Amino acid sequence: MKKSLWVFVLFVGVLAALPLVFHDPFPRHLLIMVMLYATMSIGWNIIGGYTGQVSFGNAAFFGVGAYTTAVLLINYGITPWVGMLAGCVLSVGLAIIVGYPCFRLQGHYFAIATIAVGEIMLVIFTNWDYVGAAVGIYIPILEESFINFEFHSSKIPYYYIVLAMLLFAIAVSYAIEKSRLGYYLRAIKDDPDGARSLGIDIQRYKLIAFSISAVLTSICGTFYAQYVLYIHPSSTMDLMMSIQLCIIVLIGGIGKLFGPVVGAFVFIPLTELTRVYLGSEGQGIDMIIYSLLIIVLAIARPQGLWALFKKGER
Amino acid sequence: MEGVFTQTLVSGLLMGFIYALIAVGLTMIFGMMDIVNFAHGDYLMVAMYFAYWFFVLFGMDPLQSLPLVTLLLFGLGIITYYILIKPIINAPMLSQIFVTFGVLIFLRGLAQFFWKADYRMIPQTWLSGNINFFDVYIGIPQLTAAGGAILCNGLILWFLKKTRLGMALEAVSEDKEAARLMGINSDRMFALAWGIGIATVGVAGSLLTSFYYVFPEVGANFGLVAFVVVALGGFGSVAGAFIAGIIVGLVEVLGGYLIAPSLKFMFVLILYLAVVFIRPQGLMGKK
Repeated sequence: MKKSLWVFVLFVGVLAALPLVFHDPFPRHLLIMVMLYATMSIGWNIIGGYTGQVSFGNAAFFGVGAYTTAVLLINYGITPWVGMLAGCVLSVGLAIIVGYPCFRLQGHYFAIATIAVGEIMLVIFTNWDYVGAAVGIYIPILEESFINFEFHSSKIPYYYIVLAMLLFAIAVSYAIEKSRLGYYLRAIKDDPDGARSLGIDIQRYKLIAFSISAVLTSICGTFYAQYVLYIHPSSTMDLMMSIQLCIIVLIGGIGKLFGPVVGAFVFIPLTELTRVYLGSEGQGIDMIIYSLLIIVLAIARPQGLWALFKKGER
Repeated sequence: MEGVFTQTLVSGLLMGFIYALIAVGLTMIFGMMDIVNFAHGDYLMVAMYFAYWFFVLFGMDPLQSLPLVTLLLFGLGIITYYILIKPIINAPMLSQIFVTFGVLIFLRGLAQFFWKADYRMIPQTWLSGNINFFDVYIGIPQLTAAGGAILCNGLILWFLKKTRLGMALEAVSEDKEAARLMGINSDRMFALAWGIGIATVGVAGSLLTSFYYVFPEVGANFGLVAFVVVALGGFGSVAGAFIAGIIVGLVEVLGGYLIAPSLKFMFVLILYLAVVFIRPQGLMGKK
């Protein structure tokens, strides 16, 4: 335990120091995206990994976070930090409204229901004029400051904000693993009937897990809106994005604390680098590579790449 | 106004037959081995590209290449079964979901890599124009496709209910153990189900190519519609899928007509949620 704590401290230290080594915008951008997706994937891991409920609708929370922040900022001049909180509240509300009926469904039925919910959200936002419909929303350029959550001269502040978000997500995930909640969630995943007979309120704990998952995804939506300064339905709540979260977790190691982090460090550079270096000629190459990776992993090594680092663990 | 309404109903009905045909393949595979093929719509996309390239390279009309495309897709289904599905047949559901999702992304990636995101359409097919039936204009390609879908669905039902091989297939889906005791090799039956299940989208894809654009994401919506049809009809029920296909086709156009065309897909998805919440076994499914 002591040793893995030191490895973790070293990992955080290296991450914190990397922007001092990389001065170009691109590597910094790449690392920001890695950490953003790692945070979201940790969120997915809580519902999909620990609890075993495969959600293909998590991008909806990302969209809610992004849109809530943007709408509050533009129409009421409210700082994105408050927008982030408001986004979390709405995302938790959505998680409960969606989860309440959907968690009664088993396996594939649940997975397809989450696809349906995600796609319904996408259709609504694409046709909703108040939020810019298909065109989306440009976040107004404001003076550079922490309270405005906008930094134009350098990516460094964004880098450390997303690093803080990642550490927060890891802390939340660690706390769940070590708490009673974590045991309940794993019991629900491994043996729902057994969990019920022990008096665990399955529906309630699934909703709690889904809400935590929603919060971790929603804050990423807020960050994305303020980082890219332009959001539209297909960049914030596309089905493919939800799928990518599951893929990242699967690649890294499902139900493992650092699985999503490992997955994001493999997956995001793969997609971003093929996009940059192969351009439109290489369109689809990244999809081919990671689809083969997940097929092979799902058949041969369901415990993911993380298991390579931890030999003893199964 | 009334004319437009009838027109809308007819076009929804015709599309419904094609939805039914796409869904039949999905429901067969699901009913037999409890595996949802998330890549189903993307096999349809592959079939449509095959039909398109048979036209561009050899000047074959989609109707001419239909048997070839169907045969190719049948082979693809069998290969998919032996390489990817057989190893995970008793694996946890999560592995099964990820494998078929992996196939979905793989096929879409291949299509994007080779043919880019362009929308392609066969400019001139054998079938074109409309017929006027009591002041309702019916597109000849759509009518042919619907007719083909009905015929193909009928053939599959006949195959399952009246032939020895089809009955063996049904037996495995009812009770694997009992079928094994009767000397039925369930492994071969699974492979056959994948072959036929994927071949049906070969037929559907060829028929669609006469009047529909081909692009790498074309399977996404058709695939989702197929899930809705299967859930509504009852997982595993071929006859249920046929009826549900028609209902979904009608719901889609009616929602579009009465409320807003851009929202029509939403009504289909809401229908799915309503069905799985209220009657999880679908219209004709076994509990």
